[in-house]
Amino acid sequence: MAIPDVKEKWTGKINEVTIGATKDDGGTRGKVITVGGQTTLPFLEFEGEVPHKTVIAGFVSDTPPDWPDVIKHAIGNEINSPVEWAQKNVEEYKCDLLSLKLIGADPNVNDASPADCAKVVQDVLKAVDVPLIIWGCGDDEKDNHVLPECSQAAKGENCLIGSAKESNYMTIVAICKADKHKIISEAPVDINIGKQVNILLQDAGYDIKDVVMYQTTAALGYGFDYVYTIFERARIAGLKGDNLMAMPLICEVAGETYRVKEATADEDVLPGWGKLEKRGPMWEATCAGGYLQAGADILILAHPQAISNLQDSINKLS
Amino acid sequence: MIFIGERINAGFQDIKEAIQNKDPEAIKKWAAIQTDANATYLDVNLGTASNKPEDLCWMIEMVQEEVDTPISIDNNRPNMLQEAMKVCKKPPLVNSTTAVEEKMNALFPIVAEYNASIIGLVMDESGSPATADKRVENAAKLFEKAVENGLSPDQLFIDPIIMPLNCMQEQCKEILNAVSQFTLFSDPPVHIVCGLSNISSGAKYKKLINRTFMAMLITNGLDAAILDVTDTEMVDTILTAELIMNKSIYADAYVEAFRKT
Repeated sequence: MAIPDVKEKWTGKINEVTIGATKDDGGTRGKVITVGGQTTLPFLEFEGEVPHKTVIAGFVSDTPPDWPDVIKHAIGNEINSPVEWAQKNVEEYKCDLLSLKLIGADPNVNDASPADCAKVVQDVLKAVDVPLIIWGCGDDEKDNHVLPECSQAAKGENCLIGSAKESNYMTIVAICKADKHKIISEAPVDINIGKQVNILLQDAGYDIKDVVMYQTTAALGYGFDYVYTIFERARIAGLKGDNLMAMPLICEVAGETYRVKEATADEDVLPGWGKLEKRGPMWEATCAGGYLQAGADILILAHPQAISNLQDSINKLS
Repeated sequence: MIFIGERINAGFQDIKEAIQNKDPEAIKKWAAIQTDANATYLDVNLGTASNKPEDLCWMIEMVQEEVDTPISIDNNRPNMLQEAMKVCKKPPLVNSTTAVEEKMNALFPIVAEYNASIIGLVMDESGSPATADKRVENAAKLFEKAVENGLSPDQLFIDPIIMPLNCMQEQCKEILNAVSQFTLFSDPPVHIVCGLSNISSGAKYKKLINRTFMAMLITNGLDAAILDVTDTEMVDTILTAELIMNKSIYADAYVEAFRKT
């Protein structure tokens, strides 16, 4: 008797989203990055196509993030300059693209002006030639002023801009349509709201094939399994033909990791947990490794050891 | 849900006239309307307007000139089917065979040749079944024959045969019971379809009965239906029932989203 064929036959396909524009496409990037396009679950290449590897976006911010010193030291002095940090991410860490977070715009941080933020975007674009992801500071009201200026400063570069939520999607759609950027749709660890935001983007006239989904990111130990499950459900729905769920998935691992005590408190606070110097990047890499297996298409990472660890995992698994 | 649009049927006067006058307007109109309403297949039925294969082929061609939605060929004569299969641009759904050996032997090889799908009614030589057990027995015959002919389970749509509520009330539970058993035949399961409107035949509150029974059928595993795809109340009931059964992911605007996609 023949061995039965147990391969799943999916009818859907995850959207392919390209970030960045070269000279030929009206931008100045040296290369573009394409994610998505899968016709099967992560790494099941015997069953369908996985045309693009998961990519790593190097974390950069306009002002240094509030991370433990040992983590910042591992990155070096460059962390104080978005341009130098961007260059280090590309040249030394070999990141595929960059994720620039404008945390300095937050009224509770530096309250940097939209013009200052736009200048940072321009400087980073000049300093490196990889595609760019641009995030606001997370304060909706401020981002409504910051993101339009940043979007315009990056016009034609086909950036990925984040993030569109139920509360602010109209502004993001308007600027991304005008300046030809891609959109990150965000939901707070809630697959139903995630789908709803995608519907809203579609209603607002944005092509949802140009959307990357961000189900926020839970650090390891802080709801990681919820996000993992959402990734699985979203991906399965997308592969079954639900085109409102067929988006590539992005994870902000670095920013979330260096907020939890396991990755920020040293041995003096957590006796017996080992040195933070080693534990921090391990926490980041382990979290990213989990999301990689869940189907993440873009991983935002910061620590050089975590980046190199994930580069290795991606190459071994793909 | 696999929506099979029922409207291109010579039982409707405009379609009958279209066939008799070879004027494709009504056919094309309903092809477009039903496709816009998210029909997965468009049922094409010659009815009593003609028995010529070329007329059936003409109808299919007219539909395909307008839209690229797959066709459900509503005809079970092998000679008609052979001709109609050739003009279908996408693998069609044949509507339908019974579990009668002779019929299955005539139709399944044609379906397999064109990599099509087929609806199997759980009737046999003795007619419509009266119990869940008999329905399951006949469904098993259809399943066995499909597998024998190299079809995968998802190329078979089993129809449990719906009986009118107002005169065969005891049948409804038998039907629901049978449907839930069909889902156990294989993994992935066969599709389960029905001609729903039979349930309300002769009744006063037809639409209410149709909708309610549809939701109950979905609970038991039905995933396809031949229906008026422009009946928004029915379609909304189906969408909601499928959400409740966790067949798709909930979003507040799920109804609007369906209308737009």
